[in-house]
Amino acid sequence: MGVVDGSPGGREAVLSIRRAAKHYGGLVAVADVSFDVARGEIFGLIGPNGAGKTTMFDLVAGSVKPTAGQILLNGVDVSAEPAHRRIGRGLARTFQIPKPFPELSLLDNVLLARQGQAGERLFMNFLAPGRVRAEEREAREKAMELLNFLLLGHLVKEPARVLSGGQRKLLELARVMMADPAIILLDEPAAGVNATLLETVIDRIQAINARGITFLLIEHNIDMVSRLCHRVLVMANGQRLCEGTAEEVARDPQVIEAYLGGA
Amino acid sequence: MEILTYAAFFLTTALIFAMITLGLNLQWGLTGLFNVGLAGFVAIGAYTSAILTTPDDPARIGGFDMPIIIGWLAAMLMAGAVAAVVGAATLRLKSDYLAITTFGVAVVVQLVALNAESLTGGPFGMGFIPRPMGSLAEQPLAFNLANLAFACGITLLLYLALEHLAQSPWGRVLKALREDEKAAAALGKSVRFFRIQAFAVGGAIMGLAGAVQAHFIGFIAPENYLPTLTFQIWTMLIVGGSGSNRGAVLGALIVWGIWAGSGTLVSALVPADYQARAAALQIVAIGVMLCVILLVRPSGLLGGKRS
Repeated sequence: MGVVDGSPGGREAVLSIRRAAKHYGGLVAVADVSFDVARGEIFGLIGPNGAGKTTMFDLVAGSVKPTAGQILLNGVDVSAEPAHRRIGRGLARTFQIPKPFPELSLLDNVLLARQGQAGERLFMNFLAPGRVRAEEREAREKAMELLNFLLLGHLVKEPARVLSGGQRKLLELARVMMADPAIILLDEPAAGVNATLLETVIDRIQAINARGITFLLIEHNIDMVSRLCHRVLVMANGQRLCEGTAEEVARDPQVIEAYLGGA
Repeated sequence: MEILTYAAFFLTTALIFAMITLGLNLQWGLTGLFNVGLAGFVAIGAYTSAILTTPDDPARIGGFDMPIIIGWLAAMLMAGAVAAVVGAATLRLKSDYLAITTFGVAVVVQLVALNAESLTGGPFGMGFIPRPMGSLAEQPLAFNLANLAFACGITLLLYLALEHLAQSPWGRVLKALREDEKAAAALGKSVRFFRIQAFAVGGAIMGLAGAVQAHFIGFIAPENYLPTLTFQIWTMLIVGGSGSNRGAVLGALIVWGIWAGSGTLVSALVPADYQARAAALQIVAIGVMLCVILLVRPSGLLGGKRS
């Protein structure tokens, strides 16, 4: 496990991207990009449209396999593992357009994120109903706590389809928190959220971060990035442009060129 | 007396349909798997049990004369295993594509039953399937009541087990798959594994129902497993309310009531020369009922809430 340069305190890396590349036929969506995300930080990934951010995000989330390079989670190479294994390794993701289970209650939505539930194995429901019930009771308590923390406590029994765009982002946060992740990937947490609720979202992300959970986020909203992120990586044309604090990269002529030059 | 005998026979038949509908509800109501080939799994169950339990017959392979319970267990295993294979082969298919594929599977099963004479008896079917209460066969009322009690017991067991599963964390994952497979995968659920399980468990239930029916009637033939059966079961689930196990049972009772009732009416009112053609009115009656339900109560009688 490497030590991350330039991160606050030089802590160990939760997530390391080593020379990752993704080609779609002749199109190079991500070319040879490396970076480390240190434990406990909020790391931002920004860049103009077509920079390869979303592909990079999909590589980390596991929904897309890299053409070359490695994705290390806590030092373990997970590049070849399917997406559904990541959450068990401590990496949870949210979606740009939230994907709640619309007909299920908020409580069920959150309970689904619990890992290693005996009751999710078919026969355990008949062989060890006591254990299933006990686990379920404990999970329910934790889910209620998280929903309260994310200001959705009054809606637990409602189906998720009644939620507004911002509330859906909060529900996704509650859901990923249920899995006890070490790192959370946020795909444009500010998109489609009204200004008032955006303050709540930012506030809750900071509160979760204060509990020691790491974030990697992709965001267009520069104001949000500069308020939240300790470090930022800028991508353009599938390549790594520069890395630093939000102020540093904002002054970088290469970055200004990439955003304004219409690359 | 005769009415009572008939009522018992009617209810037994309806409850066997209820079992199949419960299996479909697990696949469609809970998991959202569009299985339009369920008649195939019912047939596999029926033939598996029949081949194992019938007395030796020189005209065909099989006739192992095994106990009925072995036949039923094997029916569940066989139908469940075939369903698991179908589930695994169709992992990437959704909605209409999945429907076409499962429909094809059912057609294949039916054609095998029709043509593999040395195994299934071909178009003549298989007779002498042992009956669970065979010793009572001389007294129709007692025999039919015993069958009804049997069918009630199995339906109740299935209902309780499925209700337990629907409320369990396992059932919750199936519902999540129904709503959004990608989000379920992001939460660590193996979409592949749960889909195959839903196929297998639903298929095993359909196979059991097929075997139970075969043993109650004592005779099976390929034309019992035509797409009409699939259509009837789907109507039962839609009328009762998909997603609800209670709805599945209620829908089976109501739709079978209308089917049998309209059949009786046709044979009572229509002159003998036209009866064969008038039998189509049964399908018309079911179709009209389906339209009315879809217009008035699209989620079915008991399907109000889908969770």
